[in-house]
Amino acid sequence: MENVNIKINGVPVSAPKGSTILEAARISGIEIPTLCYLKDINEIGACRICVVEVKGARSLVASCVFPINEGMEIFTNTPVVLDSRKQTLQLILSTHDRKCLSCVRSGNCELQRLSNELGVEDEGIYDGACEEYEIDNSAPHMYRDNNKCILCRRCTAVCEKTQAIGVIGANERGFKTNIASPFDMGLGDTSCVSCGQCIAVCPTGALNEKDNTNDVFAALADTTKHVVVQTAPAVRAALAEEFGNPIGTNAQGKMVAALRRLGFAKVFDTDFAADLTIMEEANEFLDRVKNGGVLPMITSCSPGWIKYCEHYFPDMIENLSSCKSPMQMFGAITKTYYAEKMGIDPKDIIMVSVMPCTAKKFEIGRDDENAAGVPDVDISITTRELARMIKKAGINFNNLPDEEFDNPLGESTGAAVIFGATGGVMEAALRTAVETLTGEELPNLNFENVRGTTGIKTATYNVAGMDVKVAVASGLANAKELLTKVKNGEETYHFIEIMGCPGGCVTGGGQPQQPASVMNTIDLKAARAKVLYNIDKDMPKRKSHENEAIKKLYADYLGKPGSHKAHDILHTTYVKRPLYK
Amino acid sequence: MYRSHVLVCGGTGCTSSGSQKIIDALETEIEKTGLKSEVQVVKTGCFGLCALGPIMIVYPEGTFYSMVKIEDIPEIVSEHLLKGRIVSRLVYDETITEDGIKSLNETDFYKKQHRVALRNCGVINPENIDEYIAVDGYTALGKVLTEMTPDQVIQTIKDSGLRGRGGGGFPTGVKWGLAAANDADQKYVCCNADEGDPGAFMDRSVLEGDPHVVLEAMAIAGYAIGATQGYIYVRAEYPIAVKRLEIAINQAREYGLLGDNIFDTGFSFDIGLRLGAGAFVCGEETALMTSIEGNRGEPRPRPPFPAQKGLFGKPTILNNVETYANIPLIINNGSEWFSSMGTEKSKGTKVFALGGKIKNTGLVEIPMGTTLREIIEEIGGGIPDGKKFKAAQTGGPSGGCIPVEHYDIPIDYDNLIRRAYRYG
Amino acid sequence: MDEDNCMVDIAKFFLEFTVDESCGKCTPCRIGTKRMYEILEKITNGNGTMEDLDKLERLCYYIKNNSLCGLGQTAPNPVLSTLKFFKDEYIAHVVDKTCPAGVCKALMTYEIIPENCKGCTLCARVCPVGAISGEVKKAHVIDKAKCIKCGACMEKCRFNAIIKK
Repeated sequence: MENVNIKINGVPVSAPKGSTILEAARISGIEIPTLCYLKDINEIGACRICVVEVKGARSLVASCVFPINEGMEIFTNTPVVLDSRKQTLQLILSTHDRKCLSCVRSGNCELQRLSNELGVEDEGIYDGACEEYEIDNSAPHMYRDNNKCILCRRCTAVCEKTQAIGVIGANERGFKTNIASPFDMGLGDTSCVSCGQCIAVCPTGALNEKDNTNDVFAALADTTKHVVVQTAPAVRAALAEEFGNPIGTNAQGKMVAALRRLGFAKVFDTDFAADLTIMEEANEFLDRVKNGGVLPMITSCSPGWIKYCEHYFPDMIENLSSCKSPMQMFGAITKTYYAEKMGIDPKDIIMVSVMPCTAKKFEIGRDDENAAGVPDVDISITTRELARMIKKAGINFNNLPDEEFDNPLGESTGAAVIFGATGGVMEAALRTAVETLTGEELPNLNFENVRGTTGIKTATYNVAGMDVKVAVASGLANAKELLTKVKNGEETYHFIEIMGCPGGCVTGGGQPQQPASVMNTIDLKAARAKVLYNIDKDMPKRKSHENEAIKKLYADYLGKPGSHKAHDILHTTYVKRPLYK
Repeated sequence: MYRSHVLVCGGTGCTSSGSQKIIDALETEIEKTGLKSEVQVVKTGCFGLCALGPIMIVYPEGTFYSMVKIEDIPEIVSEHLLKGRIVSRLVYDETITEDGIKSLNETDFYKKQHRVALRNCGVINPENIDEYIAVDGYTALGKVLTEMTPDQVIQTIKDSGLRGRGGGGFPTGVKWGLAAANDADQKYVCCNADEGDPGAFMDRSVLEGDPHVVLEAMAIAGYAIGATQGYIYVRAEYPIAVKRLEIAINQAREYGLLGDNIFDTGFSFDIGLRLGAGAFVCGEETALMTSIEGNRGEPRPRPPFPAQKGLFGKPTILNNVETYANIPLIINNGSEWFSSMGTEKSKGTKVFALGGKIKNTGLVEIPMGTTLREIIEEIGGGIPDGKKFKAAQTGGPSGGCIPVEHYDIPIDYDNLIRRAYRYG
Repeated sequence: MDEDNCMVDIAKFFLEFTVDESCGKCTPCRIGTKRMYEILEKITNGNGTMEDLDKLERLCYYIKNNSLCGLGQTAPNPVLSTLKFFKDEYIAHVVDKTCPAGVCKALMTYEIIPENCKGCTLCARVCPVGAISGEVKKAHVIDKAKCIKCGACMEKCRFNAIIKK
């Protein structure tokens, strides 16, 4: 690629043509601070934290969006630049609710960190009039506190561009500008799908999940209840980040140990239910293919995607697999099979789920998700909330021993753990479906075509003489693009996997928040997914239909996949939803 | 043929002071006195002397009646139009001299003015394309399409020294050249008619008084840069301008001056209207384009500049109304004609809206380089009640206050921008 | 503008417009212009300090240099030009707590010159808040605590006995 030669602070730098000043500076070893900038998602030059001096320019320029030109001379650290950045922060702080001590993001707040790094010694110097906003608590999964919002617009960009939803945007103008839903509706009254991607990109404490950790602590203290927990595949791929470990650390063993120390009666693995999902879903798929059912069949593991489909593609809900998500299947089996086996009244079981996801908080309240007449899952907390609980309980996470999940609902295969990455469900389903159809063992279990972080992946597999066309999409804008083509008849598929969050669950809305400086430079999706693929690689069993506990479950209780009983317990229904209430 | 033409201002100022009722009364009275076949009433655009409205000029005499009331109409019709006796009590006092009544152009207000952008305002009926054509309208477009290459058009504009009248002062020809140099399957020509500075109504007057000049200039720009679609972004608070632009666009389409294959040259160009919802920031070029695209009107970072990636991500030029109003005359009269007016680096004329503590409030067009003193004392008639001049504000909220120390500095871009006062 | 215009007030007028019309996208324009306006309000209310003038000027240059678009980059111009050419007026507001042009209400007081007052009672009758008292044919006085500075008394007085300070 063609390079451009510039000077940054007097030092010659050669950077690819088309680079921004920010990117060129990085090459030269200078990290210019940013706040609103999110690569490819929010490149609007609005916050003005990243300003630099360009020789000959009549004002400072925003380095995050300003392209370099041959011969350009840039100064990133002059007194004017440093003072400007500080004043920008001081102005932002003058409208920011500075209750840092009690803020959920304290210690992990980008604004706090910048104030520190850029030497804001007087945060109140520009204090003046300030708008006061009511906290929007109307959504089931999160709150929005505009008093802490700094109007970086990352949330609106991710909602509109990455997720093709756009239920939040700028209202009013000038000093009164605020992020809200159209006509100041509550977020809960819009077609928000609860994906939580806005939370994942928020630099401050303005957006976060509704905290259910106290509910869990209260449940654990209730001696009349049998409190069990399940953890989703993706949680183990990111939890360690909350305790200062590098991105890509596998936390499974320590997570199990921590949950045990928090006092859960049983520590189960959602992976068990992922294997179960494959059994049901593969069966449903083969049934649809053989018996002329609605195709393409689309996966139903991601509650954000399900709600999106109900709002935005209501005429495609027939395409959705009727399988409950693994979390809900797990809850349903716990309160039926497990309750029966253990001789516990399902009403006395409290099923807690730890999820990389905020939409799970919505999902547990859906209709037709109560196999035993009580909710399948009682409380769903995010990875972040679990970290908070561990810290609050004084558990020294990094020094914990690695422990194993409890049985019988703790056994799982490599096919299950990759559910946490985009393409994982497809790969797991293919491993089982292909072997079922051909009756032969697969020589290679890795379906590389559906792996990786690309937004839309497609592949065709010849299975027993039939060309099976599959597609995988993650992130709802990608889902929209794919489904629009399917709807218009431009492309046909047999089986589609869709995950609401880009990259799948590993980068779900409930995962540890990484600052933009990390998101802009490290591929979080790939780094976390790698943890899961490594676990899969080393598992003794890598196909769901080989899970002994699952075989036993069918033999003892459910009969066979797709049986009447399996349908009652493990399948659900969907509703068409309007765009606005 | 009519023996007499009565021009009544139909601009926003005079409409507010009741000019439509004056026109109605005039027509009724003319009908009553049987002069209908001899006298024609024409509703024009703004004359500039807005404080004196409603304004009426009777031709061929050029008699200037100001602050006309409905009760005065029968007298004007029976005395002036029927008997040829000027109703001197209603005549603008500046035009009364010892020797009788002088022409309007001889008054202090008009004498120092040089009307280029405003040449047709108050002269033609803006709702009639034939009147525009009668004053050489659309000949510049014809000349460009049949005799000039796009490069020649751009060179002519460059040579003229015309700079953007919106406040920034960027050379118009250079802007066009940049957009022309970028290859794209689609390009756009935009007109900024979102005049929003408090007290400013220069663009409004052109739109109301001479809408076709904007359309013609935009089509010329389209030919020059290779665009087939134009948009005029006009503020919704200018209902008369919006209406006249709609009429003008429809008439131009009927005459084949907009649309496909203009003058059988194979060149196609059409213009759409977009109404601004009252945000001042939409006068900023990138915010304006964001608004046309259907989004919240917020500016975007530059670069990329509109000439590279503008409206809908395509190369785009944006000029304001007053800038466009100069284009056809530059084409017809040549760049030397234009560059002979003004100062070394600021060519041509500039329209100012005079307001506040000044005797003649209204619209004036003066050559670049006129001093503030000339504008205020001679054209504006000075400060009322003999008070002392303290400062003048130019450029609205983007401009500054010019103190008495700079009363005699020639007003041009460089003097204003260097001192952070700005035009506009 | 003539001697009756207060340049601080003029700057405030234009800035109020900018504050209203800022789109709210970039920080300097969204918050900075509002803070400038607040300082101008403080000054015209007679509560300004010399430090406020420094802060105001600092904000001007900061906003010009850092704003995203032309609106923000030029928003400080009315303040900058008046600070440059009419600094004495700003200082009068800040230090002497007076508005030389007699525009800023908070800095004005109406007073009756006893020697000129004929005690005609007209001012007391037109005062909408009953701030003027006095006996017939004797000099009247204005209760400054009650006075709302509407100027009705001064307008009506036929003896030039009421002045604005």
